[in-house]
Amino acid sequence: MTATQMNLNHVVKRFGKQTVLQGVDLTVQAGEIVGLIGPSGAGKSTVIKTALGMEVADGGSATVLDTQMPNRALLGRIGYMAQDDALYSTLSGRENLTFFGRMKDVGKNALAPAIAHVAAVVDLTPDLDKRVAGYSGGMKRRLSLAIALLGDPELLILDEPTVGIDPALRRKIWRELDAVRDAGRGVLITTHVMDEAELVDRVALLLDGRVMAFDRPAALEQQYGVATIEDVFLKAEGVAL
Amino acid sequence: MRHAWFIARRVIAELLRDKRTLALMFVAPVLIMFLMKLVFTANSTTGVTVATVGLPTNVRTALNDVKHVTVVKRGTEQAAKRALADQKVDAYIEKTAANRYRVTYANTDATKTALVKAGFGAALTAAGVKTLQQTVTKMGKTITVMSATIKKLSAAQAVAAAKAAGAAGGSAAAGTGATSGAAGTAGSSATTEAASDSTAAGDSAGAATSDTTATTKASTGKAAKVKVTNRYRYGNKDTGFFDKIVPILMGFFVFFFVFLISGMALLKERTTGTLDRLLATPVRRGEIVAGYMLSYGVLAIIQTVIIVLTTVGFMNVEITGSLFAVMVINFLLALVALAFGILMSTFAQSEFQMMQFIPIIVIPQVFFSGIVPLDSLADWVKNISYVLPLTYAGNAMTQVIMHGKGLLSLGLDIAVLLLFLAVLSALNVRGMRRYRKV
Repeated sequence: MTATQMNLNHVVKRFGKQTVLQGVDLTVQAGEIVGLIGPSGAGKSTVIKTALGMEVADGGSATVLDTQMPNRALLGRIGYMAQDDALYSTLSGRENLTFFGRMKDVGKNALAPAIAHVAAVVDLTPDLDKRVAGYSGGMKRRLSLAIALLGDPELLILDEPTVGIDPALRRKIWRELDAVRDAGRGVLITTHVMDEAELVDRVALLLDGRVMAFDRPAALEQQYGVATIEDVFLKAEGVAL
Repeated sequence: MRHAWFIARRVIAELLRDKRTLALMFVAPVLIMFLMKLVFTANSTTGVTVATVGLPTNVRTALNDVKHVTVVKRGTEQAAKRALADQKVDAYIEKTAANRYRVTYANTDATKTALVKAGFGAALTAAGVKTLQQTVTKMGKTITVMSATIKKLSAAQAVAAAKAAGAAGGSAAAGTGATSGAAGTAGSSATTEAASDSTAAGDSAGAATSDTTATTKASTGKAAKVKVTNRYRYGNKDTGFFDKIVPILMGFFVFFFVFLISGMALLKERTTGTLDRLLATPVRRGEIVAGYMLSYGVLAIIQTVIIVLTTVGFMNVEITGSLFAVMVINFLLALVALAFGILMSTFAQSEFQMMQFIPIIVIPQVFFSGIVPLDSLADWVKNISYVLPLTYAGNAMTQVIMHGKGLLSLGLDIAVLLLFLAVLSALNVRGMRRYRKV
């Protein structure tokens, strides 16, 4: 349970003259959900891109599953869900799942059961053969999550998975994330919904390219002497309460 | 490379759902080619009407005999001018002095102006030949009369010589011999001149009319008909501009649609985030490019088959070389177009920006790839064509379709296309590093 799934060690990332990440330290252990919160432009997406190897760190190191990133082959063991739905809308849900399953090298015989499983998890089984163009916003998010879950990834990286979906569905997704955690896998999730930050095991506050605080939500609230993560966030930002 | 195959299948599945785009790829080229055939075939039968003022009858008749030229007579220059202004005639011709003509053209259509010019030239030659013929005939008659006189004369002289034989005047005999010889020489030289003149006139008349009629009356005046049989190495007598541009047009459609649709497809992958998601899997960057190549290559082949079938079947275009060679070249061109489209799509932020590449990248290919003959243009203009892939594909297609060449003799064109493909693909695979660093 204590194996480190992801380890960002003093990661520095510059785009031109602008330094977006100024030494970010972040770890995700097996069997825990880590929340990454921060205002827009704080560098949340850059952290994720560096962890996935889409970007290369200019300083420090990024290792995932004990492998230095970027590493193409390792991507098959990571489940990634982007901020936008990123689906082929002219294809059906099943076709989308099949395609990404093949890209992730899910075995031919394992693919059909795997699709059936993730579809059941996100409650999309009856709609699998409909075209994505006809899906509601919530259905698209769920399909997107199902794609991320395909192939039993050891680490899940989710960029704002609950944006724009209704509370019932949000709760359902969280239940699924808890199940993933309980299966001993690691989850990194970004969000700007503060009450969601209460649900994670550890929360990292990203401000101006630095992790200002990284601990259990309750520990942080105690440390800052406030009642909620939202207040921790505001206090860390220097806003007078 | 297994991923490439699945990507290709997905791209094709997506396209099959998009009926309008499919129709655009497969029906639009046929429609445009059909329209072009109508337009360019209609052009070849332009007729002109010419007004004449005070033209000699023989010139006017000769002009009226020229194909596609109709002559109307006008009494004054004013009347002819008015007819021209009212667009009733395309030109008018007036005689200003002996052997001086003035032609006024409407000149709103270059083909019509050229037709009037050529027609009037032919008419003048034909009328001139007739006059010459009459002169020659007259001269011939005079010569006959002359030679008859000479015969009589020499006969009389012979009699006189016989009478004087007894007298044995050596100097006198030499004198008559000289006279008779001189007369004979004069007569024969006149005949030679007339004969050579009539031959020359016959040649020029033949040259003037052979363009419009296959059968020409020989200038000897004796109605000896000359029959010219035309044989064509490519096509038939109806082969025109349209047939010349068909090979290039075929390549152009493949280039245009593959460039645009594939560019847009990859742009869409980028803007909807599916490219990012794809790159978050272990797929190689090269496999993505290869997957697109495979799918659009197949599409280009289907498109070529449809275009070839309709142009050969309904538009009677002849393909001298092998269909296989046509397919190979189009497939290659499609891959170049695809690599080009994908590369350009990285510089576009939206579909509309992708459309903006049409005037910059697609239209120049129309002008410089050989649809319009470049032979007469400046060298620097010709050099532009060397950097456009369609030039090589168009040339190769022309060689196969019109000259029946095989793939092996098109090594240079194919090599250049392959070079384009290699460079553009490498740039694409390299360019995707922007989205994922491995």
